[in-house]
Amino acid sequence: MVTTLTPLEERLLELAGRVPDPELPVLSLAELGVVRGVHEYAPGRVEVELTPTYTGCPAIEVMSADIERALREEGGAAAVRVRVVLEPAWTTNDITAEGRRKLREFGIAPPRTVRTEGPVPLVLGPTRTADAEPVRCPHCGSADTTLLSRFSATACKALRRCESCREPFDHFKELT
Amino acid sequence: MTSAALALGDDALILSHRLGEWAGHAPALEEEVALANIALDLLGQARVLLSMVGDEDELAFLREERAFRNLQLVEQPNGDFAHTIARQLYFSGFQELLYERLAAGDGPFRPLAGKAVKEVAYHRDHAEHWTLRLGDGTAESHARMQRGLAELWRFTGEMFQPVEGLDLDWAGLESVWLERVTEVVERATLTLPEGPRTGAWTAGAGRQGLHTEPFGRMLAEMQHLYRSHPGATW
Repeated sequence: MVTTLTPLEERLLELAGRVPDPELPVLSLAELGVVRGVHEYAPGRVEVELTPTYTGCPAIEVMSADIERALREEGGAAAVRVRVVLEPAWTTNDITAEGRRKLREFGIAPPRTVRTEGPVPLVLGPTRTADAEPVRCPHCGSADTTLLSRFSATACKALRRCESCREPFDHFKELT
Repeated sequence: MTSAALALGDDALILSHRLGEWAGHAPALEEEVALANIALDLLGQARVLLSMVGDEDELAFLREERAFRNLQLVEQPNGDFAHTIARQLYFSGFQELLYERLAAGDGPFRPLAGKAVKEVAYHRDHAEHWTLRLGDGTAESHARMQRGLAELWRFTGEMFQPVEGLDLDWAGLESVWLERVTEVVERATLTLPEGPRTGAWTAGAGRQGLHTEPFGRMLAEMQHLYRSHPGATW
């Protein structure tokens, strides 16, 4: 359903999108692709739809608090409530091109864009990236990188090492 | 819906707690992080599922043992790393198939299942990877992996006992699960355990609130802080 945003909704949606991600502050919530919408349910009172990256992501509570504060203090909303929505599920394809660029600049290999139609094979086996689009080192750009650990500091990242410059780095795992 | 949400929510909550017990004890830093991440995913799923029933904190911390509806498999103590991996292999394979089906339906669990199935596929991938590595590793790792598979085998039948409120082809689910587990176990040069997958005393018992002896002690530890300091916040 396509609905037209009221001027307030439009302004607040933009403000909510500008809130930085608490875990990766180089990224805004709009660039991460987690703000789904703003609805003015009564004059000056809004509900924000927010979706988590992973179901258990603890950052969602900080994001909610930050959005509420921004919309009240900067946006002049009389009341703000955040509703967490799970459907449709967030995927790493929701991260904008600008978001990917910022991740790389920050030293995190961005998720590769993965086609979403059809089955996505999960391949076990060699840890070298043998698929068409390799995970590139965010420091030197080399495609010769090795998976060290499927999990890293947060659920959304894996730990890799560059075989060219020998630097370890985080890779924002593809989730589609 | 309530009993199904409790069953699935309790599975996720209890396994999350067990995996969290590895913090500070895992054999390698990477696995410390991996198990904690898997535990966090499961905790997130548990919070959504239990919130469909009532207050998540009260449900987690104030219920007595008999009120929990989780599988006996997920409450089993961690044992050694291979034992934990065997539990992960059995459970994540089941949970992935279950969520796949719930995500394809149009019931109340579709949003959560559609999101969580991707997380669980990654858990299953992790468990398979380690099953292969340990099974096809040293004589010691092989023996431990085989022992873990054998010790937990009798808890696997319960996963396919129908849950009230979930209209699924449980027998079909079970045959796909068995096929996949067999394939991984054999590829890991291990042998699928023999013997019954349920005992008369254990069949479907977790879903009815009957639990094994280690569960009470686990709950005591899990609930101790909340019950000692009611209403405390960070």
